[in-house]
Amino acid sequence: MNQLNKTKKQDLALTGGYAIGEALRQINPDVMAVYPITPQTPIIASFSKHVADGEADTKMIEVESEHSAMSACIGASASGARVMTASSSQGIMYMMEVIPVAAAMRLPIVMTVANRAISGTINIHNDHSDAMAMRDFGWVQIFSETVQEAYDDTFIALRVAEKAKLPVAPNLDGFFITHSVENVKLLDDEVVKKFVGEYIPEKYLFDFENPVTYGALTLQNSYMEIREELGNAMGLVPNIFREVTKEFAEISGRQYDFVEEYKIEDAERVIVAMGSTAGTIKEAVDNLREQGEKVGLLKIKLFRPFPYEQVKKSLQNAQEIIVMDKNLSIGAKQVLENDVVESIGSSEKVRSMVYGLGGKEVFVKEIEELIGS
Amino acid sequence: MLKEKYEIIVHGRGGQGAKTTAELLAQAGLKAGKFVQAFPEFGPERSGAPLRTFVRLADKFIRSHEPIVSPDAVLILDESLLNTDKVNINIDQAKLLIVNTTKSAEKIKEVLDKNDKFKNNFKGEIILVDASGIAKKIIGQNRPNTVILGKFAAINPVITVENVVSVFEDKYIKKIGEEMTEKNVEAIKSAGA
Repeated sequence: MNQLNKTKKQDLALTGGYAIGEALRQINPDVMAVYPITPQTPIIASFSKHVADGEADTKMIEVESEHSAMSACIGASASGARVMTASSSQGIMYMMEVIPVAAAMRLPIVMTVANRAISGTINIHNDHSDAMAMRDFGWVQIFSETVQEAYDDTFIALRVAEKAKLPVAPNLDGFFITHSVENVKLLDDEVVKKFVGEYIPEKYLFDFENPVTYGALTLQNSYMEIREELGNAMGLVPNIFREVTKEFAEISGRQYDFVEEYKIEDAERVIVAMGSTAGTIKEAVDNLREQGEKVGLLKIKLFRPFPYEQVKKSLQNAQEIIVMDKNLSIGAKQVLENDVVESIGSSEKVRSMVYGLGGKEVFVKEIEELIGS
Repeated sequence: MLKEKYEIIVHGRGGQGAKTTAELLAQAGLKAGKFVQAFPEFGPERSGAPLRTFVRLADKFIRSHEPIVSPDAVLILDESLLNTDKVNINIDQAKLLIVNTTKSAEKIKEVLDKNDKFKNNFKGEIILVDASGIAKKIIGQNRPNTVILGKFAAINPVITVENVVSVFEDKYIKKIGEEMTEKNVEAIKSAGA
């Protein structure tokens, strides 16, 4: 059955980069500080066109490096503006000095990360190394599987950021999603406008009636307390994420959660993975199910803060768990593997599979071999 | 009869429009009410270097992000790519092969049959079209992709020439102007005639 309603304007086929450019146009943030880097560039390129065409009145700050891009975002956000940006890989590495500052200053900046491998040897293709490099500094991290999710996550990320007063990075796989054309349903501009509302910061630098300090020097008497508060703020994110995704479902009909369980109720063997490969795994799961194999997928959507309790619940019946990490943690167990082991309290059933580094393709057949009996 | 998923690989060289072809095919698929996916082979983009793009047209939402392994249709924008490793992958299983060439069917068959698998197994249809020549004549530029696209649209089971013309007009009328758009549309239509 063809479920596409051709008469509906919002049924489109777009690349991930273009779809996020549309989301940004609909949000119309106050400030975007941008610096191009593959494979993120289509996002800011398509949005810049909207601004140039007068379809958004965002102040674009074209800076000379990613370090400056994030610094400008921090300054603008501290002064009370709604601020967004996007980057990848070496760009994330270059702005790394200021990435933790955004979180510590409790600034609700949204930075879309088009995931790409990190250099040494040079590679411009997809893996999750850049996301893993920034995972411990107080940024909320969400992973999307499809162009549709990447579009939707842009709105969810903004709302979560502003409610939690924390920066949020929605992640999408470079090239596989940023450069691929897929079916996507866009929301009406008015619906988005209502959903994201107006940003009214509780505190900001330019509030001269109620002066505040941002980025103060904090020494032995206060630094640790402030870090603890940051950790506590992250602890409130799961509830906020649930509220926001519930509201988003009401306007879009698309319900997201911390994880997506795919055919795991009676599954003996379950793959845990994030990002675009989840779709490829679903194909493999269906093929194996047709042959009577009890297999399933647990897709992690909210990666930081990590949903330990939910993962434990989702995996309670699995006899074997294969955790797929698209990143190599050198000299230690893998990141997602560790998170899953911690969730279920044992490494006994868990097998680790590092895959897809530097854009290496993953085929349905390979997944079938990995999880088939 | 259309199976659940129809898969196309476009082979060209950087600059010949393989990427645009894939995108237009996807948009045409959307017009035909299909679920679609289109993506290039992700590599360094260099003018003249061999390049593949992938298109899926289906009745269900397309979840897999793997490259196409066994295409239903193979569109070749540059005949010098025939019998190369990447073109040869499962080409014997394809149902439709369209080649931009001025050579005779015998000559092309000779090149293709150097691949034993192709020689022994290929049961599909081979269409030869002087896409570069037609493009030069009608558009005034060597842009074989619109002609190949028109040829494919005329004989495939999923999308129509009208679908392709309509998406071409949507996408290009602003970009290249009415006159050039008309010429391209003429090239698309002439290939199918």
